Amino acid sequence: MKILESLFRKGKQKKGKVSSKEKDKALLIFDNTSEVIRAENILREKGYNIKVLGPPAHIRKGCDLAIEIPIVHSMGILNILDSHGLPPLEWVLSDEEGLKPVDLFHVKDFGNFLMVRAANMKITVHKSSQIIVNISGGGCPDVPYLAAMLVGKRINEAKEPRFIGHTLCGYALQLAYDKIKELCSQS
Amino acid sequence: MLAIIGTVPDENFPLLFGIVYKKRGSLYLEEREISIQRGTPALIASAIEVMEFLEKPLPYAYLVGDTGEGHGSRRLYEFLVKDLRKKFFTTLAFHYLMPDADWCNKILLTLEELASRPLLIADAGFMYAAKMSGNAPFFDLFTPDPGELAFLADEKAPHPFYTRGFLLQDESNVEELIKRAYEHENSSKYLLVKGKADYVAKESNILEIISEPTVEALEPIGGTGDALTGIASALIDCGYRIDKSCVIASKVLRIAGKLSNPDPYTQIGEIIKFIPQALKEILFLEGATGDLKNFK
Repeated sequence: MKILESLFRKGKQKKGKVSSKEKDKALLIFDNTSEVIRAENILREKGYNIKVLGPPAHIRKGCDLAIEIPIVHSMGILNILDSHGLPPLEWVLSDEEGLKPVDLFHVKDFGNFLMVRAANMKITVHKSSQIIVNISGGGCPDVPYLAAMLVGKRINEAKEPRFIGHTLCGYALQLAYDKIKELCSQS
Repeated sequence: MLAIIGTVPDENFPLLFGIVYKKRGSLYLEEREISIQRGTPALIASAIEVMEFLEKPLPYAYLVGDTGEGHGSRRLYEFLVKDLRKKFFTTLAFHYLMPDADWCNKILLTLEELASRPLLIADAGFMYAAKMSGNAPFFDLFTPDPGELAFLADEKAPHPFYTRGFLLQDESNVEELIKRAYEHENSSKYLLVKGKADYVAKESNILEIISEPTVEALEPIGGTGDALTGIASALIDCGYRIDKSCVIASKVLRIAGKLSNPDPYTQIGEIIKFIPQALKEILFLEGATGDLKNFK
């Protein structure tokens, strides 16, 4: 998880205006070319629509290749690379400077229930039993799947979204999950 | 006819299409049973409740299994580009699909080539793709929640996950966010923003704010937004004006929610079953019983 978090939080931003088409892409920066090739093979085998290209000079890290990925698949791709021992050095958004993952949480107390929202994802837990009672929001197709897998389970027994999610909505749910777990442990 | 396009959370669910109906608490498409939970099945079930109440033809559905890897969504996109040319729909409601700007462009190009362009409604992943690809104004209705509205208002964000904090931090600034979404051409013609209060807007103008009845427990319940989109889509396809459909849908869901006496553990199926009763109540209150012509 720390690898994923640091990748999302440290990601530098590409300068300059980009077209709307480029906005849904991100670049993965690796330590060396052979890592890029291994990662490329793994991701192509998994069916991801990726491109290998040269990274912009200002983010070059000692490797002249980077992998361009669709942003919505970031979480799944990073999980796969992590499981193969190939975590990228940097995750760089192909967009204007200033964009970063959401880091604001909205917490709402419903008496016996507690709800946390991160970006577009909400998770609600029954306080005394710590059972996840609802998941809402989101738009990527892993959200209904994640809800089906998590709702009705205790927060410490449920599979974490990062292990079964694949998209940025899944990642946002993980952030909300971490926050509500932290809040539940304090009560 | 209304066509609903989306996914179900089962990788083994094949690409299916046809008239979808409800029987004994489940949906059926091509004889395959589909559980009504949150997501596209909740949207479809809500639309069916409206169609049955108004005695209109049941909706058509395109569904495929996808648990987030996007394989199912891509198969469905590829199929739609061919199949939409052969069919005639008056309204298309796009829902939980992997956001993909290129496929969104291809679908819209296909629709532009049709002799008669259907009304276009988008929520969830396809709404993200529409904004991401710069095609938002091409759509007639988006149905975002406040978090998604902040994403539409942020001209730099490619996904709600990257919405900038100054837009996300205050949920009370819905009107400002609506204006900003229109300013940057990141909104459909009409907006139905679902939240503590529901906002109906058209081209920067707030047409109506619906906040009664207030049912606090609806906020955490997964699928309420899907149900709202389903009700609005069905009413629009039945010929009601888009703004009126949004207002009725908002009131119907609030009343159905209240009738279900929910708490945060309530699941969406418990609310959907009260839609006909809520619809009857609202249309009666609005003086639109009978042929409902006041709303057309």
